Amino acid sequence: MNFAFSEEQTMMADVVRELLARECGSAALRGQMSAACSFDRERWRKLLELGLSGVLVPEDAGGLGLGGADFVQIAEACGHACLPEPLVDHAGVVLPLLADCEGETARAALTQSLETGALIALAHPQTPWIVAANAASAFVLPGPDGLRLVRSEEVRRVQQAGIDPLRQLFTVSGEPAAGALIAAPGAMAALLARAAERGAVFTAAELVGLAQACVDLAVAYAGERRQFGRPIGANQAIKHHLASAQVKIEFARPVVHAAAALMPALPEGVPQSVESRARVSHALLAAGEAATLAARTTLQVHGAMGYSWEVDVHLYLKRALSLTQRWGGPEHHRQRIAERILSAPLGPDRLFPQVAKVTGTTPMKRTA
Amino acid sequence: MVDLRYTDEQQAFRAEVRDWMAANVPAEPLPSFDGGRAGFEAHRDWEARLNDGRWGMVTWPEAYGGRGLDLIRWLIFEEEYYAAGAPLRVNQNGIFLLGPTLMEYGSEEQKARFLPPMATGEEIWAQAWSEPQAGSDLAAVRARAVRDGDSYLLSGHKIWSSRAVMADWAFGLFRTDPASERHKGLSLILFPLDAQGVSRQAIAQINGEAGFAELFLDEVRVPIGNRVGADGEGWRICMATAGFERGLMLRSPARFQMTARRLVELYEANRETCTAAQRDAVAEAWMAAEAYALSIYATASRLIAGGSIGAEASLNKIFWSEMDIKMHETALAILGARAELLPTAPAAGDVGRWLDGYLFSLAGPIYAGTNEIQRNIIAERLLGLPRG
Ligand SMILES: Cc1cc2nc3c(=O)[nH]c(=O)nc-3n(C[C@H](O)[C@H](O)[C@H](O)COP(=O)(O)OP(=O)(O)OC[C@H]3O[C@@H](n4cnc5c(N)ncnc54)[C@H](O)[C@@H]3O)c2cc1C
Repeated sequence: MNFAFSEEQTMMADVVRELLARECGSAALRGQMSAACSFDRERWRKLLELGLSGVLVPEDAGGLGLGGADFVQIAEACGHACLPEPLVDHAGVVLPLLADCEGETARAALTQSLETGALIALAHPQTPWIVAANAASAFVLPGPDGLRLVRSEEVRRVQQAGIDPLRQLFTVSGEPAAGALIAAPGAMAALLARAAERGAVFTAAELVGLAQACVDLAVAYAGERRQFGRPIGANQAIKHHLASAQVKIEFARPVVHAAAALMPALPEGVPQSVESRARVSHALLAAGEAATLAARTTLQVHGAMGYSWEVDVHLYLKRALSLTQRWGGPEHHRQRIAERILSAPLGPDRLFPQVAKVTGTTPMKRTA
Repeated sequence: MVDLRYTDEQQAFRAEVRDWMAANVPAEPLPSFDGGRAGFEAHRDWEARLNDGRWGMVTWPEAYGGRGLDLIRWLIFEEEYYAAGAPLRVNQNGIFLLGPTLMEYGSEEQKARFLPPMATGEEIWAQAWSEPQAGSDLAAVRARAVRDGDSYLLSGHKIWSSRAVMADWAFGLFRTDPASERHKGLSLILFPLDAQGVSRQAIAQINGEAGFAELFLDEVRVPIGNRVGADGEGWRICMATAGFERGLMLRSPARFQMTARRLVELYEANRETCTAAQRDAVAEAWMAAEAYALSIYATASRLIAGGSIGAEASLNKIFWSEMDIKMHETALAILGARAELLPTAPAAGDVGRWLDGYLFSLAGPIYAGTNEIQRNIIAERLLGLPRG
């Protein structure tokens, strides 16, 4: 038992953080916004040069063969930087899904994407709006006869105007027989279910990173901005707001990290027990609440500045709004928590899934 | 004596308002007044139409285009106004803030000069109090008014002035005594926004619309007669105006009661996907709107009986601003994945204006004095806790 990241794990995230600090600062984001382009190919190339798209892809398919605990801090860094490009979806969900498929077609697409950096997007029923579909070269589309891989020329993309000014959203559809079949209906359900777990966990990580960015922004501002002859941060009202947001973050982050640690390196599948599903849901709920509170708090601390377009506060607020509704949304995940607490054994020895495997007994009687 | 029944006259008044609104409220919502000239002017036209029906401000004296009615009728008017889906008031800073201030502190000449075109919408007003270094700490105002014969020369830098991009006039807080500090030596002065020496810089708000402006004033000449109240009395007058802003006038209960009603409608339309917790949140929203309305009826009755409203306005401000956020948050939760879509998105369905309303609700705890400042006021002035 060791719930601490290794040096390598943290180092990899640090490298990403440094790159994003250089390539995805406020000025860069604003430039991108005025160019109305939510996908910066140059930044994408630099990110992928670090090998990020293959973190979760098995070594025999050309990836690093790592697991969720290795990717989670990277996803946090993306959230912290308010990264417009859907790196977390691409590397955290779509490429692992392709690696998870049987057959040559999926494997070929995966290899090609790893080599060229081609963005592949997934139309998942639980996340109806696809980020940057206009930049994707291929799509994974569920259909009546299974999962299909369809080239971008063969799909219909409809832009769905959304609130996040740094991301363009689309719905994507294709003819039933377009592209190539990569999974039969039975396999498709399992693949999509695993994709949803990964998606929820890494979105939660993005939200935690984003929440921390909001607090960081507000702390810096509260130290500088002076009213009544002293920094506004000297007022307890401001201190308490920020402290409360930080408490929320601190008790979301370990849940997110533990949920990420549930995602093993491929080819081992994502666990689908009621317990692990609840952990993933807990991560997304707690991270969403932390991000919402932190974004609102930073707006309040900035006063009218926070309400203006010129300050970055609104970028985080809007991203939080967008991310919290993904992968089924909060109500769906509350439902999964309820399923877990009402159907599976509870107790201090049930924190981690392994116990059930070891003893196979119910250690604590449910009391009425 | 408590008697919660409308009189026959009040009922008749309600019917009259309802009939007029049914015949006059535009069928299609007007374009936003912050979104461009067309929307702004459409709202100005609406103000003129209201005024033609003598509905611009029913509490004002008849001489200034009002009906001289009491606050209970004003509440009834507002209920019918919002129920009819009538446009937002582009001149709200004039009619709700400066109007009552002039009524109380203005000279006869000022009332005669400024109130009628305010009522007709010919002159749309902006509030120019805040400065980059004077937000919550309004007494840190540095913009100055220098006496020059029968004129003042106004210079300084104002910011966050709502609707000032297109408004005609502004009421500003200026230092008339250069040697003064803090609350002393300030005066409230009216100035035209198209005067020589005024330059306006639009500031985009969180939704991208230029809802407020920065004003750079360089020796803007206005007559001494544009000062409201005595020299150096500005702070006291502004605090009275702020009382109108936080308290009764700016946010009448009807607005929130309508939001609650629309929220219930949204819940009903999406019932199949709603959870019990969402139903409870909708019920909470409705209760909050009822509580706010009841509280305002009680306040109005007290004021009619000769009472006054002071630090209690801060209670109202906290209640309505937090209620408004909660209501919109609940709506977004019901909309689920569609919550982040703009109404123009093909898949948006019945998202309506909830998202925009949510963003605007987040400004509620900031404008009209932040909620942190209001809580300080409540704690120190109403509860008598030691000053920090
Ligand atoms: C939508 C909108 C419309 C506006 N319209 C107008 C307008 O028409 N005319 C106009 O003049 N102004 C307008 N304002 C400005 C508004 O009055 C100011 O934003 C407000 O007074 C706060 O000032 P500030 O923004 O400078 O924030 P600051 O005063 O810098 O405050 C920043 C944060 O510090 C907190 N803080 C400051 N001092 C204390 C303290 N002593 N104790 C505890 N917390 C404290 C605040 O509560 C806030 O959370 C508008 C603002 C908004 C958002």
